[in-house]
Amino acid sequence: MSVKIVNLKVNGVDKAFMARPETTLLLALREQLGLMGAKRGCAQGACGSCTVLLDGAPVVSCLVPAATVDGGDVATVEGLADGRRLSDVQQAFIDGFATQCGFCTPGMIMSAEALLARNPDPTADEVNEAISGNVCRCTGYAPIVSAILDAAQRRRERAEGADQEATL
Amino acid sequence: MPRVNPIDSSFFKDERGPGDFTVIGKTVPRSDALGHVTGRTQFFEDRTFPDLAHLKIHRSPHHHALIDSVDTSEALRVPGVLRVLTHEDVPANWYGVLRLIGIGPDDEVVLAEDRVIYRGEPIVAVVADSEAAALEGASKVKVSYTVLPAVLDVEEAMSPDAPVIKKAGTNYFVYEGHHARRIRFGDVEAGFAQADHVFEWRYSSAPIEHAPTETTGCIVEPKPDGRLLIHSNTQAAFFTLDNTALIINRAPTDLQVKGGTVGGGFGGKVDVMVEPLACIAATLTNRPVKFVYTREEEMQVSSPRAAERIYIKDGVMNDGRIVARKIMLYVDAGAYARHSPYGATKAAAHLPGPYTIPNVYADCHCVYTNRTPSSAMRGFGVTIADFAIESQMDRVARALGMDPLQFRLVNAYRDGDMKAHRKEASGTALIEVIQRAAALVGHDLPAEYQAMSSSTPRGAIA
Repeated sequence: MSVKIVNLKVNGVDKAFMARPETTLLLALREQLGLMGAKRGCAQGACGSCTVLLDGAPVVSCLVPAATVDGGDVATVEGLADGRRLSDVQQAFIDGFATQCGFCTPGMIMSAEALLARNPDPTADEVNEAISGNVCRCTGYAPIVSAILDAAQRRRERAEGADQEATL
Repeated sequence: MPRVNPIDSSFFKDERGPGDFTVIGKTVPRSDALGHVTGRTQFFEDRTFPDLAHLKIHRSPHHHALIDSVDTSEALRVPGVLRVLTHEDVPANWYGVLRLIGIGPDDEVVLAEDRVIYRGEPIVAVVADSEAAALEGASKVKVSYTVLPAVLDVEEAMSPDAPVIKKAGTNYFVYEGHHARRIRFGDVEAGFAQADHVFEWRYSSAPIEHAPTETTGCIVEPKPDGRLLIHSNTQAAFFTLDNTALIINRAPTDLQVKGGTVGGGFGGKVDVMVEPLACIAATLTNRPVKFVYTREEEMQVSSPRAAERIYIKDGVMNDGRIVARKIMLYVDAGAYARHSPYGATKAAAHLPGPYTIPNVYADCHCVYTNRTPSSAMRGFGVTIADFAIESQMDRVARALGMDPLQFRLVNAYRDGDMKAHRKEASGTALIEVIQRAAALVGHDLPAEYQAMSSSTPRGAIA
């Protein structure tokens, strides 16, 4: 059984770990790097609880062989808060009661972050499409979609505020 | 978030003043939300150990079969497999989750002995260094069976010629010597004889899986002092503690259950399914052991809401009064009792619905079949009974040509009415709730229905 050393950036920090052929990115993050934010709900790529960003794109990390991500850039829920300040999506999930049991929340948030990074002003349909791979069994989709739309608005307002500051 | 309807404090005027609502109507942040959005909430699986062992199960592919032989030799040869566990490794293999509240008999085995009575019943546990080795080991267990006819229908199971599938000797739970949880109130046959109309319909439901995003599981950690620390996602920490102690024959003080964070429960994490075997495995290997259901196991063997079949026969007068109601209710408990005897009792407690009916007869059966054991789920016993009762109310109203809300108001229970369980109704509010709901959706009620009140005795109107 060949073991491979994998080097990658996780939340902006250089990391290395040893991957067996069957080691998934999810298990490497959780068991070797101690990042427990991404969850294992099905291990079949069906529930989205393990969603992280790989080079900016959302992936179900339970289906990604860790040995294939050498040199990659991974973002997990643990890297979103900037010091003590939560990301707009995280804050909107709290304010909008978009959490219940919390198990789908990290994956849901990462899908939302990926959406807002490429589309700052999504429609509700686009939000639904972006989280269509993330199952929330407590059935809180309505508050989740509103929270993501609220977060998009906060981000746009913040960007406009920053533009105004730049021109002053 | 704006309220659909402002609080009408007049309902509470005897208890508190209008400005006295400190929580209702206010937004209170969830105390656990920060942990959820940052990924810091610790679920049971969010911990790891360098020497963690994994437990997986070899399960029955048959609904009903005798076990002729079990061969674990190939499983033990899989690299990484540490041990196999059979029923002989379980100190007290027979248990029943409700024995803690004095309900017996202990009808379930932790691991199968001479027979399996549902598809997916656990037979052998395999403990290994890695999850992959445990799965491979479990797949290498060889069991030979003599397949028996399966009973998969509740009424078939109740028939005298059905094969008896349980060691307990009956295909139904025995309630204080009776075949069902019964209600006998008035004379239901006399009620039918006196009625202008008699209506009977059948209602049925399928089993419903809770499907939590986090599957059922635990990690058991042997501590230096010999105690076992159980990290669990159980919804019932004390059921888990006591049942596990009894099954593994250890003092409850030898165990510590750490739980409280559940990635979706809905009643599906109330049975004690994973902790006893993980404790035995941790003791025998002296290593931390994780036993977590795969998604497939969660769907196939974790106990669903019971399927129910309900027959409701009503005797009704032309003016809409229900004078007799007979209900035959069957809860499909599946192969083992779990919480279903309690569920069927709850169903009985809920009959005949929030209506005052002078003649009531009900048999609520908790029936055993060769199906996945069912158990707790959100209002089990009550939810499906309500579906049946309220569907019946709509159908009877339609058959009589009556407005369904007026039909309910005519029969709604009021303070002082004697219920079928021989308890006097008090604190009733069905009439007011219907009146308010009708007003909210613009459903006009005639003046005499708007004048009805739960606190006006029924006789005063009749």
